[in-house]
Amino acid sequence: MLDNQHTKPESFRSGPDEAGHFGIFGGRFVAETLMPLILSVEEAWNACRHDPDFLSEMESHARDYIGRPSPLYFARRLTRELGGAKIYFKRDELNHTGSHKINNTLGQILLARRMNKTRIIAETGAGQHGVATATVCALFNLPCVIYMGETDMERQAPNVFRMKLLGAEVIPVTSGTATLKDAMNEALRDWVANVTDTFYIIGTVAGPHPYPEMVREFQSVIGRETRDQIMEREGRIPDTLVACIGGGSNAMGLFHPFLDDESVKIFGVEAAGHGIESGKHAASLSGGKPGVLHGNRTYLLQNDDGQIIDAHSISAGLDYPGIGPEHSWLHETGRVSYVSVTDSEALEAFRLCCRTEGIIPALEPSHALAHVARIAPDMAKDRIIVMNMCGRGDKDVFAVAEVLGDIL
Amino acid sequence: MTRRIGNRFGKLRRENRAGLVTYTVAGDPDPATSRKILGGLPEAGADFIELGMPFSDPMADGPAIQLASLRALHNGGGMINTLNMVRNFRTRDMDTPIILMGYYNPIHCYGSQRFLDEALDAGVDGLIIVDLPPEEDDELCHPCLTSGLNWIRLTTPTSDDRRLEKVLKHSSGFVYHVSIAGITGTRSAELEDIESAVQRIRRQTDLPVAVGFGIRTAEQVRAISEIADAAVVGSALVNVIREGIDSGRSGDDIAAALHALVRELASGTV
Repeated sequence: MLDNQHTKPESFRSGPDEAGHFGIFGGRFVAETLMPLILSVEEAWNACRHDPDFLSEMESHARDYIGRPSPLYFARRLTRELGGAKIYFKRDELNHTGSHKINNTLGQILLARRMNKTRIIAETGAGQHGVATATVCALFNLPCVIYMGETDMERQAPNVFRMKLLGAEVIPVTSGTATLKDAMNEALRDWVANVTDTFYIIGTVAGPHPYPEMVREFQSVIGRETRDQIMEREGRIPDTLVACIGGGSNAMGLFHPFLDDESVKIFGVEAAGHGIESGKHAASLSGGKPGVLHGNRTYLLQNDDGQIIDAHSISAGLDYPGIGPEHSWLHETGRVSYVSVTDSEALEAFRLCCRTEGIIPALEPSHALAHVARIAPDMAKDRIIVMNMCGRGDKDVFAVAEVLGDIL
Repeated sequence: MTRRIGNRFGKLRRENRAGLVTYTVAGDPDPATSRKILGGLPEAGADFIELGMPFSDPMADGPAIQLASLRALHNGGGMINTLNMVRNFRTRDMDTPIILMGYYNPIHCYGSQRFLDEALDAGVDGLIIVDLPPEEDDELCHPCLTSGLNWIRLTTPTSDDRRLEKVLKHSSGFVYHVSIAGITGTRSAELEDIESAVQRIRRQTDLPVAVGFGIRTAEQVRAISEIADAAVVGSALVNVIREGIDSGRSGDDIAAALHALVRELASGTV
């Protein structure tokens, strides 16, 4: 079935095809009630994506409201400590709201406004996407409903409060296992019942076509800026890119502009939780198999009966049993190497970053940093690694204190 | 194509009445009780049996059916049990059509062709797969029709005439009209909206039309019977199982209570 495994495409940047497929992955697996709406989102997206007015509106908000471009920062002390390649951070944690998520919510809400939608819904796991959605809803004065698993609401209480401050209604999801996948189910249920006035802002490069492509395009600003900034600093493109992956939007954003640069090695880092062999992890590519959920075919954590298994990670933002379909395709074509990092390795990297750089990273990019710490020492000193610092760790300090409290 | 669905609609026409389609989840609340429920449905008045294939993440269904799925999965339900139940049912009933309804992933995981072969062999007559719109017909619709099973598609209030054409194109057996834009077990549609939707569907197809979502009483079944060929009841039946469990009833009692409701609903088809 996986017949695209060994054929190298002409370009890694040309997907998806018209039906939303990246190789065999992607597609539009949704209930009929939603199909006309999904098709109208696609139509609106295709009309906007090259429209100079839309793009300049995006750019001005990105500059004045989000604070783009985010800096590309040379992590001098970390580089010295690891003793190998030069390490740069793409600092998307400095964006307004503290993560890369707002790059996408800004783009989608501008699209929703073009479609004359008057109500916004979104799912959230760690709450970063929920906060970024609530933020742009406040900015554009649109009512906002966020679905969040009850379990996640407990472990991410500060973000719940932030969303409420921003005027959003946060609805606890108790169905299923009360985590991100159930929040996504619930948001889809809301959408089916409110097709005429509601726009669903999906937070990652997953879901039915055109979402994986659309979210990637909104996030690709990360990679485009990185390219310009590293050319300015080093006069050449990086040797290696590293980013963490839950659904995979920050990674797609960094990787996509470099996919056809053969010299660039690319690593996506999944969350291995307690370890892949423990079964308690969130590594869909390393520990799952292809299936169909939430509108797309992709790698999923599932049992032998095709039932979805809960993901586990110390980082709520990586705690999703699927992954964006384009990553599944990049995995099978071999263009991107997908590796995994356990909870404890991520915590160690978290501390390393705090100590050497004075930057408290989110637990999500701490996974990416753990992989950087694995590979940098064996690389020559003139090699360059760029890692996406996609979120800041303020939201995580309580969770980390629970684990490390007695050590510090 | 299996003939049971066509035969059954023929019989209903001769009897000059509409049909009752019952929906329960295979394996809910446990395989033994679920077999009892299934076995007694025709006698209680079900003209067609829609059997839900349990799935952990049924995003087009409401809480009642999601809970039913999770109960079934928790107690050993799943694809193998579902197909065994149909096989077992067919040893005693060769006439009542069985339609499997569910989501694509468990089939994808089982292997599509293996699933189609075994479903046909077990005595299944048709499939309703919620998350396979016409855009994904190559996945299962075409292989299903080639195998000789009916592919029953959902029409919805969001299907305009152009969309209807696409939806009806590879439909067979009957058309299932989802009467509300929403999930199962929530609100009910206005009768006049259902009537105009059914008329619109009939202008584009000769297939019988069943109407579902939000139907829970004999009175509603009677009203649907006036304007469509069959009425589908799901969440109301599934709720009988949950109430039975909550009040600690035995499997026999739960099956009896569910059959009693089916009998009452069936009175609306005459």
